[in-house]
Order: sequence, then structure tokens, then C-alpha cells
Amino acid sequence: MVWINAVLQGVLLGGLYALFAAGLSLMFGVMRFINMAHGDFIITAAYLLLALVTGFAIHPALAVPLVIVALAAAGYLNQRILLNRVLGKDILPPVLVTFGLSIIIQNALLEVFSADSQKLQAGWLDTASFKLSEDLAIGALPLLMFLAAVAVIAGLQFVFYKTPLGRMLRATSDDPEIVPLMGGSNAHIFAIATALASVVVAIAGIFLAMKTNFDPAAGPARLLFAFEVVIIGGLGSLWGTLIGGIILGVAQTVGAQIDTGSQVLAGHLVFLALLVVRPRGLFPKT
Amino acid sequence: MTTLLETRNLTAFYGDFQALFGVDITVGQGETVALIGSNGAGKSTFLRTLTGLLPAKGQDIRFEGQNIAGWAADRIHKAGIAMVPEGRRLFASLTVEENLLIGASGKRAGPWSLEKVYEIFPDLIAKKNNPGTALSGGQQQMVAIGRALMSNPTLLLCDEISLGLAPKVIKDIYEAVPLIREGGTSILVVEQDVGQAMAVADRVYCFMEGRVTLSGKPADLTKHQIAAAYFGAKNEGEAA
Ligand SMILES: Nc1ncnc2c1ncn2[C@@H]1O[C@H](COP(=O)(O)OP(=O)(O)OP(=O)(O)O)[C@@H](O)[C@H]1O
Ligand SMILES: [Mg+2]
Repeated sequence: MVWINAVLQGVLLGGLYALFAAGLSLMFGVMRFINMAHGDFIITAAYLLLALVTGFAIHPALAVPLVIVALAAAGYLNQRILLNRVLGKDILPPVLVTFGLSIIIQNALLEVFSADSQKLQAGWLDTASFKLSEDLAIGALPLLMFLAAVAVIAGLQFVFYKTPLGRMLRATSDDPEIVPLMGGSNAHIFAIATALASVVVAIAGIFLAMKTNFDPAAGPARLLFAFEVVIIGGLGSLWGTLIGGIILGVAQTVGAQIDTGSQVLAGHLVFLALLVVRPRGLFPKT
Repeated sequence: MTTLLETRNLTAFYGDFQALFGVDITVGQGETVALIGSNGAGKSTFLRTLTGLLPAKGQDIRFEGQNIAGWAADRIHKAGIAMVPEGRRLFASLTVEENLLIGASGKRAGPWSLEKVYEIFPDLIAKKNNPGTALSGGQQQMVAIGRALMSNPTLLLCDEISLGLAPKVIKDIYEAVPLIREGGTSILVVEQDVGQAMAVADRVYCFMEGRVTLSGKPADLTKHQIAAAYFGAKNEGEAA
């Protein structure tokens, strides 16, 4: 039964990892942009929520949408003002610039919030759970997290494949050079893609704040998980991202069941094994 | 005839390399104009400069009375210039219908719609849910033309729409030209096939090494003149 439980918790944890990864995958998919500060943006969203709820005593029901809107706006402006300038055929400048951003963000968070690790108290969400059987239960927060991940992926899938905006985003991914001939502005479309990714980043940060302790240096580890998920799932596949998240989540919880200290290591090992067997991921974009 | 488009002394550069040296071209309202010229003459460069894909800041490109030189490509598109690019350039991950729809992103009003495009290119109906790039070359070209028409352009630029296609397919595609003209759209085609250009155009311009070497109505131009303008005076004997 402990094994079933480990797998179940892993699946739910996978939702969070899919949320970590979806924004990264989206930005890479639309504009071949590798955002090294992705994890730090997630942590920033977590701190923003913490500050609004505990610092300014704003009700979570209001704070959550505020964080989402703030991150989306910041993402749009960041792309428009800074990141578009380094976007080009060469993949290295964006990596270097966002690596610099990552360091700046970590230090800024350290200045404002100190190095102490924090967690947002989520009230009843922290404790409520649903009993499946005598010794099997699902926590309300992990379940909500997982459902949110499914909703986010389904939402992105809808936007990408059923709306004019998604059509433009996919066209830009295919051939940005001629998109202006269709009346689209690359600078604007790239910024919209980053804004969309930032909405997912905000949602990921919100759940992270409630789920675990975090500190200003917690970003890079999230980036690493996100990378692993994207690569397991296959670049550019949204549902692949969810499956990738679940695989990493299950690897970690089952690993922890085998030996408490090897949770993260087990995840990396499964990632490596899959990389050897399927270097292009489980659901590569054809 | 009212002038729709007029360039004066247009130049274009790729870095330090100059590709156009003072090109003057006019297209009248409702006219079909062809650009001919050998490989590397600068025909595509000229079209790309008109669309804003190549910078033209500070130059003189009059379109419907406005100087559009230096405008961003998406703004020029919304002003009514659409292009069928060299090599078709369909979006690989979009279906045929999505490729057509994306052409209408500028939301200009006019006679063109999905139905109208399917009417002039009925071959596309059965393929509308296929990926654009899974079609034959001729059908892909139809999608590329339809995609440009979907923006209801005042001026349609076509870059080598017959390149690499079988004669029968070329004929099918050029049969759409009168239907496009009917809608009031003026057309500027780049065409390597001189015979085809002469047949379809009201006027032709010949490019050589970034300059216009000849222009006029097809009926007024002799084979000899065209060969000279196309290949240069020194090769004229050989070509004629
Ligand atoms: N991206 C580029 N960078 C540098 N030079 C270029 C570029 N594109 C074209 N050129 C050069 O500019 C000149 C004009 O090229 P252009 O493509 O306009 O010719 P064209 O008349 O369209 O030829 P074709 O019939 O082969 O399509 C050529 O000398 C070409 O080598
Ligand atoms: Mg050309």
C-alpha cells in the first residue's frame, strides 16, 4: 500500500512540476528562447503572493489574481523592453542575459526578504484530505495543484489550437520572418508568448508558496526540474509536459519511499535513463 | 489611370552589398505589372523592400498617396499590400485553412473570404484540414496566393508563383489572375518565364543587376529589346 501511495502522491506532485515546465516549454516553443531565470520568476511569484497575503493582509482570493496579472504584465514588458533585443538566430545571448537576470533576482529577493526560508500558510487547504481507503488519502492541496495543472495545460492547448492568437503563435514558431507579412508584429507576439508563460509561472509560484518552504536561492532547482520535465515530455508538446511532470514526480516519491534521502536523485536518474532511451522525449513534435 | 504605387530612386542593401540602384516603378490602380529579369537581378529584393521586410527608411515609396518607406511590415500589410513570398513559405504546423485564415489577421474589409478562395481554387476544399506543407507544389502555391488574398489587399505582390511547377499547373494558377483583378486588386508579379509575364501583364519592367533596364507594354517590346535588357548588351547576340 505504501507503494501505491507513493505513486499517487507522485502523480499529484507531477502537476506542480508540469506547471514549472509549461512556461519554459512555451517560450522555447514559440521563439526558441531558453529562460535561465525561469525558476527565479516562479520564486518571485511565490514571494509576491506571500508579501501580499502576510505583509499587506490582502485576502488570498484577491492576491492570487493580482499575482497573475502582475506577472503577466511584467513578462510582457520584460520581453518587449529587454529580451526581444537579444533574440536572434544565436541561442546564446538570451541564455547569458537571463542568467544575469537570475542572479539579479536572487539578490534582490535576498535584500527584500532575507535568506530565511518561508512558506505561506494555506489554512484548511493544508490539512484537508479525501480518504480513498483505510490507509490511502489525497491531500486537498496536492489534488488542487494537479487539477490546476490539467486545467492550465488544457487551456494552453485550447489557446494554441483553437484561437487566432494561437494560430499566430504557432505561425511565429514556424517562420517568424514572414509573420509580419500576415500583419503580425514579432515583437508583440513574442511579448504575448512571454506574458502567457508568465501566467503559468505565477500559478506555479502560487502553489509552490503553499506547498513547500522556499528561499531566494530556490529558483535554479525549479529550473532544473522544469528542464527535466520538458525534455522527458518532448519539446513543444503540451500534454507531453504533463506526462513528463508526472514521471518526474512519481520517480521522486517512489525514490523517497526506497530511501528518504534519494528523492531528488531518483528523479535525475529516471531523467537520465529516459534521455538515453528517448533523446527527443516521449512526445516529440514532428 | 490613378497611380497606386510609385517608387522613386529606390535603393536596397544587404549589409554593405548594394542590391538595388535607384529603381523607379509605378503600378496603376487595377493594373497588372510584371517584373522580369535573371537570377540575382534584384526582383525579390524590390518586393521585400515594398513590404517592409527590408528597411527603406528615408526613401520614397508612395502607396495610395502616403510615403510608406520605413513603416513596419505589419503596418504595410494592414495598409493593403500583401505578398506571396518566394518559395511559398506556408506555415508547416498550420492546416491549409489555418494558413488561409492567418492571412486575414489584419481584418481589412473586402471581397475575399474563405469561400471566395475555395471558389477560385476548388482543389483546396478537400485538403483544408491537411497540414499546408503536405500538398503538391501547385496546391501549396494556391494556398500561398489565397493566404495573401484573405487580407483583401489593394496591391498583391507575387514572387515567382510558377517556379518549379508543371505547365498545366501554372496555367491553372494564372487562370485565377483575372478573378483577382475583378475584385479590384492590382497585381505586381515577379516572373522568370518571360512568355508568361508578357501574357498576363499590362506592363512589364525588366531588371538587371539592381536596375530597371527596360519597361513598357508587352505589345510594344521586341524580342530583341527584351533579350538585351534581360541579359545585358554584350550577350545580346547569343540570347536573341
Ligand atoms: N539575404 C541576403 N543577403 C545578402 N545578399 C542577398 C540576400 N538576398 C539576396 N541577396 C543578393 O541580392 C541580389 C539580388 O537578389 P534577389 O533575390 O533580389 O534576386 P532575384 O532577382 O529575386 O533573383 P531570383 O530570380 O534568383 O529569385 C543578388 O546578388 C543576391 O545574391
Ligand atoms: Mg527572387
